[in-house]
Amino acid sequence: MNKEIIFNMNTAFRGEYTILGYRFGHGEKAACIIGAMRGNEFQQLYMCSQLIAKLEQLESKGAIVANKEILIIPSLNYNSMNVGKKFWVSDSTDINRSFPGNPEGPATSRIAAAVLERVKDYSYGIQFASFYMGGEFIPHIRLTEEGVQNTSLANLFGMPYVLTASERAFDTTTLAYNWQKMGTSAFSLYTGATERIDEERARQGVSAILRFLTRMGIIRYNCHGGYISTIIEEDDLLSIRADMPGFFRPKVSTNTEVVRGQLLAEVVDSFRGDVISRMVAPTDGIIFYQQIQPMVFQNSVAFKMIKRIHE
Amino acid sequence: MIDTVVSVEMLVEEVMRIKKNRLAPDEYTGKEKRLCIASGSHGDELSGQYICYQVIRRIKEEFHNLTGIVDIYPSMNPLGLDAQTRDFPLLDIDMNTVFPGDDEGAILEHAASRITKDMAGADICLDIHSSNSLIREIPQVRLNDDVIETVMPFAKMLNTELVWIHPSTSVRPGSLAYALNAIGVKTMVIEAGVALRIDYDYCEQIVEGIFSLMKHMGIWQGEVKSVRQPMIATDGDVWFVNAESSGLFVPNIKHSMKVKKGEKIGTIVDVITGSVEERVYAPCDGLVFTFREYPAVEEGALIARIYGGDLT
Repeated sequence: MNKEIIFNMNTAFRGEYTILGYRFGHGEKAACIIGAMRGNEFQQLYMCSQLIAKLEQLESKGAIVANKEILIIPSLNYNSMNVGKKFWVSDSTDINRSFPGNPEGPATSRIAAAVLERVKDYSYGIQFASFYMGGEFIPHIRLTEEGVQNTSLANLFGMPYVLTASERAFDTTTLAYNWQKMGTSAFSLYTGATERIDEERARQGVSAILRFLTRMGIIRYNCHGGYISTIIEEDDLLSIRADMPGFFRPKVSTNTEVVRGQLLAEVVDSFRGDVISRMVAPTDGIIFYQQIQPMVFQNSVAFKMIKRIHE
Repeated sequence: MIDTVVSVEMLVEEVMRIKKNRLAPDEYTGKEKRLCIASGSHGDELSGQYICYQVIRRIKEEFHNLTGIVDIYPSMNPLGLDAQTRDFPLLDIDMNTVFPGDDEGAILEHAASRITKDMAGADICLDIHSSNSLIREIPQVRLNDDVIETVMPFAKMLNTELVWIHPSTSVRPGSLAYALNAIGVKTMVIEAGVALRIDYDYCEQIVEGIFSLMKHMGIWQGEVKSVRQPMIATDGDVWFVNAESSGLFVPNIKHSMKVKKGEKIGTIVDVITGSVEERVYAPCDGLVFTFREYPAVEEGALIARIYGGDLT
């Protein structure tokens, strides 16, 4: 393993800020994995740490295939994590809205430009992403519209689902979009958690990466074959919304098969304690997403379902 | 007449209401020209609040001169304004990135959708911003280059020093301006001053511009002052000055000054060593239309933007 400096700058009051990469093997730029880009992405950083530990073991056993190189960048924004902020400390900008970046621009733009320049030549790029809605997902690989042709490659992670998404207004400023644009096959891996460590799902995510690297001939590793992924389109997910605000009392969890009319959650009045609304499944399917905040807003998405599918 | 455009129940008891004040002649057909004035999508920007107040006050004083409809939405992000946060509280999302929104969406997307629909059909919309807390802006209009032909004649009426054709975040996809221009409402973004403060002189200047625009639209029959001719800047005319060191920025000039190429505009000092880390010089002759307000800087921080085009 070689440690390298991806980006370095001085801050006004906290000294140097250095983004580090951990490189395994030499030669062809085979795969790059990027972890936390926001200060609340604890699960994403944890998964990178576990992956680095595993690859260090594998490298010591000679299990990195000759002439293949893997780069892992655990965090682009640990200085925000250290002060409990989600976005860049000095100006609250989001690094994952700063791509492709500008080497002469503000700090987040410089970071984006430096990172993209360093990672653009890898064949495969994987980001441990978090979602803008707080909640839990079934672990999955997400592909942007730009990378939708890579669904068969995405299958090789052996995750339960591959989600293809249509373009959103901000997509052009994300790492995944720009990575894909520059010729790397880019994947976003979601394990469901962000601000807390879900050990089991972190293990599942790390295994998915190792499985993919094995199948692409980058490492030698015996692992479980994982799932044959089910491919779903984000637009086909059925949103179930709270029609009243209040305490959220879920009756099911993610990855649960439900039938039409089944009670999914109750909403409880915040003062009087009575049930003021019941959310029921509008069709048969599997719960793909569930919000996890103690309360829900009126009209907010409480669940997303994969319609008419069985376990 | 004050209407509630958005009403969403919050988590505990409260209702978030986004309101507008419709000012219209006593007898109107609904076919009159309509101007929308929007503000407060960023909860830390207060200049727009004051501008809305002044426009409403003046219209009410000279109500007989009003011959069209003026819809004023002073506080599009009332929770952010209350909490003094730029983004929409709880979600940490910039409201000006979710337009046109989704009527069936959660609180923020729903609000954006209702606002967009309420403004649909207007002739012109002004979305008033006041920078952020880090940099101060001279009064200017921001336009995306795809709307120059339709919007520029109106942008020139607004009494600003500058019209900058630039794909900034306030006019990009996701912004109110972009969403409204896409449905035929000619929309301009006004930037002036600095967040968390009100520059009253700038506000008065823009208020004069708004009445000039109303006169031009034919919805105001009262007297208006003549407006200044703005400089028209494209990206080729604008020089960015970014810090290459971190520390405290100590300015040598003031905002809105004209500078000469090579003139020192400030220094960046290191507070622990007592040393000067960087001397910052103007890269061109021009007008400093953006200038650092918050003194702490890091490498890459924006110090100034200088318009280097024709200043005559």
